[in-house]
Amino acid sequence: MELKKVGTSGTLESSDIMVTIKGTDKQKIDINLTSSVEKQFGEEIRSVISDTLKKLGICAAEVIAVDKGALNCTIRARVKAAAYRACEITDFSWGDNNE
Amino acid sequence: MGPFKLNDIPHINELPAIGEEFRDTKIEKHTSSLKERSEKSSKLLPSIREAIIATGLRDGMTISFHHHFRNGDYVLNMVMDEIAAMGIKNLTLAPSSLLEIHEPLIEHIKNGVIKRIETSGMRGELATAISHGLMEYPVVFRSHGGRAYAIETRRMRIDVAFLGAPSCDPFGNANGYSRENDNGVICGSMGYAKCDAQYANKVVIITDNIVPFPNAPFGIPESDVDFIVEVDKIGDPSGIMSGATRYTKNPKELIIAECAANVIEASGKLTDGFSIQMGTGGASLAVTRFLESKMQQKGIKASFALGGITGSMVSLFEKGLIKKLLDVQSFDLDAARSLINNRFHQQISASYYASPGNPGSAVNQLDIVVLSALEIDTDFNVNVLTGSDGVIRGAIGGHCDTAAGASLTIVVCPLCRGRIPTIVKSVNTITTPGKTVDVIVTEQGVAVNPRRPELEETLRKNGIEVCSSQELQEKAEKMVGIPKPIRYTDKIVGIVTYRDGSVIDVIRQVEEE
Amino acid sequence: MLFVPGNNPGMIQDAYIYGSDSIMFDLEDSVSVGEKDSARCLVYEALTNLDYGTKETVVRINSLESGLGISDLEAIVRARPNVIRLPKTEFAADVTDCEKEIERIEKKAGIAVGTTKMMAAIESAIGVLNAKEIAFSSKRLIGIALGAEDYVTNLKTNRSPEGTELMFARSMILHAARAAGIAAIDTVYSDVNNEEGLIAEATLIKHLGFDGKSVINPRQIAPIHKIFTPTEKDIKKSMAIMEAIAEANRKGSGVIALNGKMIDKPIVERAKWVLKLARVSGVLKDMEE
Repeated sequence: MELKKVGTSGTLESSDIMVTIKGTDKQKIDINLTSSVEKQFGEEIRSVISDTLKKLGICAAEVIAVDKGALNCTIRARVKAAAYRACEITDFSWGDNNE
Repeated sequence: MGPFKLNDIPHINELPAIGEEFRDTKIEKHTSSLKERSEKSSKLLPSIREAIIATGLRDGMTISFHHHFRNGDYVLNMVMDEIAAMGIKNLTLAPSSLLEIHEPLIEHIKNGVIKRIETSGMRGELATAISHGLMEYPVVFRSHGGRAYAIETRRMRIDVAFLGAPSCDPFGNANGYSRENDNGVICGSMGYAKCDAQYANKVVIITDNIVPFPNAPFGIPESDVDFIVEVDKIGDPSGIMSGATRYTKNPKELIIAECAANVIEASGKLTDGFSIQMGTGGASLAVTRFLESKMQQKGIKASFALGGITGSMVSLFEKGLIKKLLDVQSFDLDAARSLINNRFHQQISASYYASPGNPGSAVNQLDIVVLSALEIDTDFNVNVLTGSDGVIRGAIGGHCDTAAGASLTIVVCPLCRGRIPTIVKSVNTITTPGKTVDVIVTEQGVAVNPRRPELEETLRKNGIEVCSSQELQEKAEKMVGIPKPIRYTDKIVGIVTYRDGSVIDVIRQVEEE
Repeated sequence: MLFVPGNNPGMIQDAYIYGSDSIMFDLEDSVSVGEKDSARCLVYEALTNLDYGTKETVVRINSLESGLGISDLEAIVRARPNVIRLPKTEFAADVTDCEKEIERIEKKAGIAVGTTKMMAAIESAIGVLNAKEIAFSSKRLIGIALGAEDYVTNLKTNRSPEGTELMFARSMILHAARAAGIAAIDTVYSDVNNEEGLIAEATLIKHLGFDGKSVINPRQIAPIHKIFTPTEKDIKKSMAIMEAIAEANRKGSGVIALNGKMIDKPIVERAKWVLKLARVSGVLKDMEE
């Protein structure tokens, strides 16, 4: 997927994460994370973000994430929605086994 | 009667405090009025500095404060600034607790004014700085009962106590409110200041509301007071207490509270004449509401409610459901007003409340206590002092005192707070030993301490579903994942003492990122 | 049935602790137009990752006419909730159109056809008048529900405390559901702070014959369960009826009587229903012990 613009998803409410994704010149995923649980879960949150992006075929991006203690499934959902928005794609892929 | 000689009195030398003959030249007859005497009271000093000089405070001494003004306290910072300006160093600071507002202590520690600290807890920037190794000496943490015990057994000697008081008369009768006027702030009970006033070598009352003698009723009697200083303002009313502690509307806390009330009923301890204490925190306070309807249904009354008193307890008291309130600390204005107006709302000292040296202390008469926790582990040990990041952010308070004293100790907490698990394999810091905690109530289940099989059986028989603490811990872990362990250095920054002064745990310096 | 806004992670992750029998994640009215995609992702991830145990999971999608319904179905059918709830159902074709899409996606995603059940919410005068056709429209349909807020607007009235304006709709929906042998679920009670009003309304709809009620706040769950849970007296009576039947069967007696009253089939049916309710609400287990 190709990043065309800045895509954002999520809120700053507790148990949520606000994810902003945009294109970058660098050849990697750059994550700028602010988290209320940085010490305990910072590494895990970063890896969930980059895994989710890689699964979507995005290997280079600048990500700004403000986390308020979101669970992994919430992080995946917000990254996915932000990425699709950044790519201006509305036809989501939900990963069928036989696709 | 006739002429006598002192030496003719048999055994005169053995009778204490008798030594010389009366001469009326030695006495002074006062003719001034009460008003004039009040104005000239020798205890009244013009400034904090003069009071500090009068107490003889010098390097290396121990000073104390109370925390009844909570986050609205101006007194501690005001006095410490003056002490620092006078160049006094190496003090031991022993307040009953410290809050966010006491952040300026960081400078006094850096400048050598304060060498070490003994307290129930601390929060905010000061706590964070200490967790990161600000002090050379570890902070000694004591429970409210443990502090009272240390003071009354003279293991902790206070040289000078600086006690803020919302009202005081010219001779030192001080209280957390006044029936004379509405000029001062209100804090209600002065429970934590009472031991300091009684045992400190010198006692200075700092007030912004001098009222006429006699300031009765008083929380601290004039006999305990050496000096009085009037200042502009001792505190910010909005930081001292809120109007009323409202019942939580948070549905999760309500579920926990209702479940805790059901556990209390099922335990068989909800009988006429029972005694109870509720900790702070939304869920534990809300238990009161669910108990109220159960008490009304059964037609029973509580003999007393203890501890930090809130409006919710007052409401039950005023409905006749609780006979007496024993108040070591008033949490809101409703509680303070009740203390002012209700004969059987009694102000008590920290020693009366919770001292382990006093078999009659009120915690030992508790049937039920409902407490909160930052963390609780599968062995039922509780942490109320350090956060999940290892940084100090709380206070022992009366947690371990009431847990040990009550015959049924219930800890209420959510399984997780945000992404941070509350039920863990092992707490960061033990403040209350698992042996004294009987039941954990969460929104996802109730666990009974395996040390209390008879209690578990009673609860089950009465329809409470019981699971193990391990099951709760696993549920939490499944939901949020496994937090990365906190990284500490070897340096010990805090010593956690149990009620009797024994060391139950230590707090280590948190490693910098 | 607890309504949970589909774009609120905090509420989604806690939804199962409040004791409702069913959880409905909403992609429709509680989600703003600009956040539909985000909410879809969130509900999808929640359903595929979180453990909702034995709770019935329901997702309210946007209508097909809104242009959002197909995208909702593409995500949600694959997330495999128990039930997909259609909003604003007016004709039987609304259900069958949606069913076709569900079937297409089930096939494409390798899910057994028919796995996804459906529920239709009726929220307009035309929908109420077509309640029977709607109730009979699909084998997937397990229930129909009243959505009163839109309905009263459509009627040009508003909701009263007594619910007089809803009498016809409730009766129609209930009859349609009973005729088709599916569940009838009542609308939400929106004044969260009025527990008395909630209890009065729940008592009314229980008596009308509804199987349940939707709630917008967890605090409303306990009062409703209390009303729907059979009383001890009901349970004892029902148990006595079932015993009398067993006794009669043992004796080979054709006529069954209890305390001098004849027990006929409807009474037996009612007794069975009471005991079933008692069992699922947990009160019967307590009494048996």
